[in-house]
Amino acid sequence: MTLSRRNLLAGGSVAGLSAAAGAAVGAAAIGRPPVAAAPAAAGFGTETVAFHGPRQAGVANEPPAHAAFVAFTLAAGTDRRTLGRMMRLLSDDAARLTRGEPALGDTDATLAGLPSRLTVTFGFGPGLYRAAGLDDRRPPSVADLPPLRIDRLERRWSGGDLLVQICADDPMTVTHTQRMLIKDARPFAAVRWVQRGFRNTPGVQPAGFTQRNVLGQLDGTANPRGAELDTAVWAPDGGTTLVVRRIRAEIETWDLLSTVDKEAAVGRRLATGAPLTGQNEHDEPDFAALDPAGLPVIPDFSHVTRARVTDPALKILRRPYNYDDPPNAAGHPDSGLIFASFQADVTRQFLPIQRRLAEKDLLNQWITPIGSAVFAVPPGCAEGGWIGDRLLG
Amino acid sequence: MPTMTRRARTGAGLTLSAVLAATALAGCGGKDAAAPVAAGPTSAAAVTGLVIRDPWVKAADKGMTAAFAILVNDSDADITVRGATSTASPIELHTMAMKDGKMVMQPKQGGFVVKARTTHQLAPGGDHLMLMKPAAAIKPGDEVSFTLELSTGKPVTFTAIAKPFAGAGESYDPGMKMPPASAHP
Repeated sequence: MTLSRRNLLAGGSVAGLSAAAGAAVGAAAIGRPPVAAAPAAAGFGTETVAFHGPRQAGVANEPPAHAAFVAFTLAAGTDRRTLGRMMRLLSDDAARLTRGEPALGDTDATLAGLPSRLTVTFGFGPGLYRAAGLDDRRPPSVADLPPLRIDRLERRWSGGDLLVQICADDPMTVTHTQRMLIKDARPFAAVRWVQRGFRNTPGVQPAGFTQRNVLGQLDGTANPRGAELDTAVWAPDGGTTLVVRRIRAEIETWDLLSTVDKEAAVGRRLATGAPLTGQNEHDEPDFAALDPAGLPVIPDFSHVTRARVTDPALKILRRPYNYDDPPNAAGHPDSGLIFASFQADVTRQFLPIQRRLAEKDLLNQWITPIGSAVFAVPPGCAEGGWIGDRLLG
Repeated sequence: MPTMTRRARTGAGLTLSAVLAATALAGCGGKDAAAPVAAGPTSAAAVTGLVIRDPWVKAADKGMTAAFAILVNDSDADITVRGATSTASPIELHTMAMKDGKMVMQPKQGGFVVKARTTHQLAPGGDHLMLMKPAAAIKPGDEVSFTLELSTGKPVTFTAIAKPFAGAGESYDPGMKMPPASAHP
């Protein structure tokens, strides 16, 4: 008896397969899900990003369209050995799923077949180092940020001992990966918060194009690129740090502004992202330029002025995702930015920028940080290894 | 730095059909799950015998549990798995069978036969390695090694990672029950 491939792939075949299997979980450990064999599966659905390597994926590669940031709180009594078991298990899941293969014991193996540039990136919060008895190995800048006067932090979006950043160009892939990783993390940790975010769909604009946030601003223009990115982001051991801030957009009051006022707050043209002194997005802003009235063309309270970093080694890599949760009964949006930033050192690179913005940035009137968390992103691992093996092994 | 690759899809699809067919058959009341192995990268290589792919074991705080894998016979002769051993527990080869109108698991008489150039699926709901009495808790993320005794004489050893898993709670004839998945780290 054989089952033809055509039948397996036909719509009604799933029921047939289950019946034949006799047990609903019969397909659990299948090596390849049926969808991977579908001749119709074309385009970027089958594209993969390597999980193994000296640095973790999901940092320097072009951000896929969808993301889930999942933070966990470790169970009481979790020690270094337990953390090693957890990371061995989660790394195995991530390695398989990013190849477009089901995780071991994947009860919905068919959902793993379209990796769509899936990356899974692990971050260790301060609490993980404490639990492991390795606080002396914690990168010193990985700690809660000092209080900032603009912050209105909510516990439900803040902190975390372990972070899993899941990114892919297809939301179903993110959903399945999130489900598998949470399921396998459950013996070790409780879910603390989950933030789902999105960027532009691939193909709607050229690769490398700066995306817009929900306030209509081009977001990420000043990111380091090429060799600058290497210096700004990576520590010599292949690790980095991640700051995740949930920033609510006050869209109702932003709506009251004219385009000219919005552009003054940002210091850039909304249409092009060009600085108010330039023509194109990547033109250097001229902070010395004066208007006929003798005032700076780019106001000194503008976001671009306050966020400005000239030393490439002090730049941060912004890798943000937008969020858009259901509006309230009055129709007010619950939208904003999952601001994710990677940098070699939080204190040296991220904090000075954040402090300048907190102190004076006109844009603060229309954005409110409501969540904040800081993680070390340990180096990547070789095939057969697991993330954190050099720390916890 | 991560690099972009496009997955090679020829060959993988063929193997898939074989594996799926094997799985479907595995549930048919304990018949041998056998399906042709697609011509893959190994087809031209010398006979290597039995290859163990994707092994894992269901984590358990105490009591019986089970291990699963895909057994790949890339040789030109049938191979029978006659028994299995592990330092973690005494092992029995089990299969699922219909008894009094419901599926129960029971020892597999004669062992698992993996036909030449086929795969044989050990999976929840089908054939599996039963850990009859683990000496200690098998915790999520633990690595458990197994040795399969083969008809070809030379045993094969592999290491399986332990996973929390809610399924695979089949009734054991006569009447023993598997404990639920591990609830503790």
